[in-house]
Amino acid sequence: MAFTLPSLPFSKSALEPIISAETLEFHYGKHHQAYVNNLNGLVDGKPEANRTLEDLIMSAEGGVFNNAAQVWNHSFYWNCLKPGGGGRPSGALAAAIDRDFGSFDAFKEEFSAAAAKLFGSGWAWLVLADDKLKIVQTSNADLPMKHMQTALLTIDVWEHAYYIDYRNARPKYIEAVFDNLLNWEFAEQNLARA
Amino acid sequence: MAFTLPELPYACDALEPYIDARTMEIHHSKHHAGYVAKLNAALEGVKGFDGKSVEDILRNIDAVPEAKRQAVINHGGGHANHSLFWQLMGPGKGGDPSRALAGAIDSELGGFATFKEKFADAAANRFGSGWAWLTRNGSGRLQILSTANQDSPLMDGHVPILGLDVWEHAYYLKYQNKRPEYIEAWWNVVDWAKANELYRAANG
Ligand SMILES: [Fe+2]
Ligand SMILES: [Fe+2]
Repeated sequence: MAFTLPSLPFSKSALEPIISAETLEFHYGKHHQAYVNNLNGLVDGKPEANRTLEDLIMSAEGGVFNNAAQVWNHSFYWNCLKPGGGGRPSGALAAAIDRDFGSFDAFKEEFSAAAAKLFGSGWAWLVLADDKLKIVQTSNADLPMKHMQTALLTIDVWEHAYYIDYRNARPKYIEAVFDNLLNWEFAEQNLARA
Repeated sequence: MAFTLPELPYACDALEPYIDARTMEIHHSKHHAGYVAKLNAALEGVKGFDGKSVEDILRNIDAVPEAKRQAVINHGGGHANHSLFWQLMGPGKGGDPSRALAGAIDSELGGFATFKEKFADAAANRFGSGWAWLTRNGSGRLQILSTANQDSPLMDGHVPILGLDVWEHAYYLKYQNKRPEYIEAWWNVVDWAKANELYRAANG
């Protein structure tokens, strides 16, 4: 069975003006789709074609890993965004952020800096590792599950994620997404399931 | 003395329609300028690097204190790579390589058509951000390779002869996800006389 592109959890224009419909046309419609297509091309006719995405991510290297991980990363990223998002987490996640970062503001500063400073293409993540919240950066397709961490929230900082809307101004993209689009309910669910 | 941003050797719109003016402007005045500023910040107060060229620093990268090394690899590499990249392009260029370099591409890389195909593959298949290169390697032979992010071939004893930036910022405004189209268009602006000059100097 072939891997498929999941549907976006919102319409392509729903994140305007923070993330434009044009960006999503390319980011979801071209980049995410290409990772799915490339993965299917690489595993076609091989035993890997019948494994789960997570299975491939944990066991594969090279092109299969890159494309499988990017399929997973982007599906996860779309769920980390929602129109009218932003604000603050509540409940157990809010308490854990206070416990492990001191305050929500301190968390925001550290998370934003990690996303801004990742050199080249990659991702910034809020993860659960050994029962503690941590902020980590990954390069290219790399992702927390490969390091035995549970992803709670991410932001894509490949240039394709923001170049149409923000050009080189990556920090502006990060701040706008953080303040207006982050889906904290999704992060809370990820923590509850972990 | 601090490193400074070199001027573009042509106008921002000189490489139209292959590379658009807006991309050139941001690429040079924001991205390249950013590497220069961060390289200067990384070497601020570090002794022993005054007056050294960025190329010399990269060739001997182990001499940079470990705490600063990755920043110099990133931003020194970014400064050196982009400085070279601007010089290797020009309006009304393209065509075929010339003189000594043309002969070496024929004898060592199987001819210009084969070279072009392999170089384009290296550029298209670099996953994430990076560069494709034609270099003269430590054994004196031409080699096609790609490097991640701003890693400079100078750090591995290679002399760059030709370099192509495949960070998304190099092509996204005009080509978006279509990196192969950018690579194909880029051949029209390659300054082969400059590449030949670099090759001759490398063979010194
Ligand atoms: Fe992406
Ligand atoms: Fe660049």
